[in-house]
Amino acid sequence: MSDPSTNDPKIRIRGLTKAFGTKTVLDGIDLDVAAGTSMVVIGGSGSGKSVLLKCILGLIEPDAGSIEIDGRDVLRLPRQEREQVNARIGMLFQAGALFDSLTVWENVAFGLLAQHKAARAEARQRAGAILAQVGLDPSVGDLSPAELSGGMQKRVGLARAIAAQPDILFFDEPTTGLDPIMGAVIDGLIVDCVKRLGSTAIAITHDMASATRIGDRAAMLFRGKLVWQGPAADLLHSGNEMVDQFTHGRRDGPIQMELRR
Amino acid sequence: MIDPLDAVAAVGRGTLGAVRATGAVALFGAAGLSHLLRPPFYGRMFLLALVEFSYFSLPVVALTAVFSGAVIALQSFTGFSRFGAESAIAGIVVLSVVRELGPVLAGLMVAGRVGAAMAAELGTMRVTDQIDALGTLSTNPMKYLVAPRLLAGVIAVPLLVVVADILGVAGGFLVSTAKLGFNPSGYLTSTFNILTTADVVAGLAQAATFGFLIALMGCYHGYNSKGGAQGVGSATTSAVVAASILILAFDYVLTELFFAR
Ligand SMILES: Nc1ncnc2c1ncn2[C@@H]1O[C@H](COP(=O)(O)OP(=O)(O)O)[C@@H](O)[C@H]1O
Ligand SMILES: [Mg+2]
Repeated sequence: MSDPSTNDPKIRIRGLTKAFGTKTVLDGIDLDVAAGTSMVVIGGSGSGKSVLLKCILGLIEPDAGSIEIDGRDVLRLPRQEREQVNARIGMLFQAGALFDSLTVWENVAFGLLAQHKAARAEARQRAGAILAQVGLDPSVGDLSPAELSGGMQKRVGLARAIAAQPDILFFDEPTTGLDPIMGAVIDGLIVDCVKRLGSTAIAITHDMASATRIGDRAAMLFRGKLVWQGPAADLLHSGNEMVDQFTHGRRDGPIQMELRR
Repeated sequence: MIDPLDAVAAVGRGTLGAVRATGAVALFGAAGLSHLLRPPFYGRMFLLALVEFSYFSLPVVALTAVFSGAVIALQSFTGFSRFGAESAIAGIVVLSVVRELGPVLAGLMVAGRVGAAMAAELGTMRVTDQIDALGTLSTNPMKYLVAPRLLAGVIAVPLLVVVADILGVAGGFLVSTAKLGFNPSGYLTSTFNILTTADVVAGLAQAATFGFLIALMGCYHGYNSKGGAQGVGSATTSAVVAASILILAFDYVLTELFFAR
């Protein structure tokens, strides 16, 4: 399933395996993401998409396999070097994961302050500018995250993810729970941000419209394996039965909903 | 049919589980403390935790202390009056408050208030991915969330206990002079004659231990909670129950250490 066009990928995953108890969530994932491109991973709810991202970030320890970023196996790096790699990754979490004890601008500037890239006053200015990049008025910075609508929270989460100008960006279901118009707006912002930073991105989603808008390439996760990879533009006519069933939302096909596990 | 081996197996499983849990807590506590030795130190988080621990716990600890001191004076009077040993009451009040009741009651009150709040806050941060988000923003969550709270517990509870000791003695003094008709200056003289520095130091050492245990239980159960609102609820309960039991158990151990010959 390797792709000839990606000889020197930014992210190279081989044989990634993770089980929780007896339940195998990832079962030998091989995935390459070329530098400066966006990969969308589609798959049903509970298929392990978030676990995949958390493995790459080191938030979950995989049982087997390797994850290389810029050719270095991050699973075997000492803690400090690992943190340096992570500092170059930004992540938009599925439910936002904004710090509710802090204001919006403190959320956005959190990474800058943590990395001592800016003093507090300057960080506040920068946060305002970053909020503007995601279409929010800098005055939003003084609100608390709980005062924001779902769409605004997503924007703040995006602002926080891009604040330290990471060269890798992860998006976990960026449009889930938003109305279609807001979904399209967020997708547009994501594409803008990724382009502006020149980042390599992995987005996971089960929203087909979103997948084709964000991704250069796409892969489908099913029962712990990547059952298909190809250009994101081919998602709707991939010729793969499982992808077809998923993208067209058909009840009948090779994928049967598991109602028990 | 009941197989006696089942019972043995159950005991074995229980023991193994307890040993494993103890090990996990010990590792967690050691990791939290080790972060205090390595920069950065999050002073703001420490101050917030300190205020939460001490200032907001003052009213409940103060009331508990006054009433306990008063009750001891009353109870020991009914016990001792028959033998004509009223003068011993001042000593009984001050020694039981400073050695025992001050630290234990303050500890139990703070466990209910602050331990629960910590577990709920960290638990919510865990289930909403906020703890994972810290890791993606160049911030070690153990260093940012756990270490400052452990230190705050060790410092705040002794401060509270100083207040509790004074108010407990004051409670006994009030009852003894206003109700039992003791001579005020005589009461105070006996109080200070009996109290030794060693008593105060032992009481404060207990308080510091209890403060550490409360913060450790609140952080450990919150940090490791899973499974949504219900998980946060049970983390909170576990934190309070575990802290309360540990306080009483360590109270015995420390009393044995300080006072038994
Ligand atoms: N920390 C964890 N402990 C145990 N099971 C987990 C954990 N994280 C995820 N899982 C399980 O792994 C499966 C995949 O989860 P996830 O990756 O979140 O799915 P999704 O594809 O919807 O993002 C689910 O069945 C979930 O219950
Ligand atoms: Mg998910």
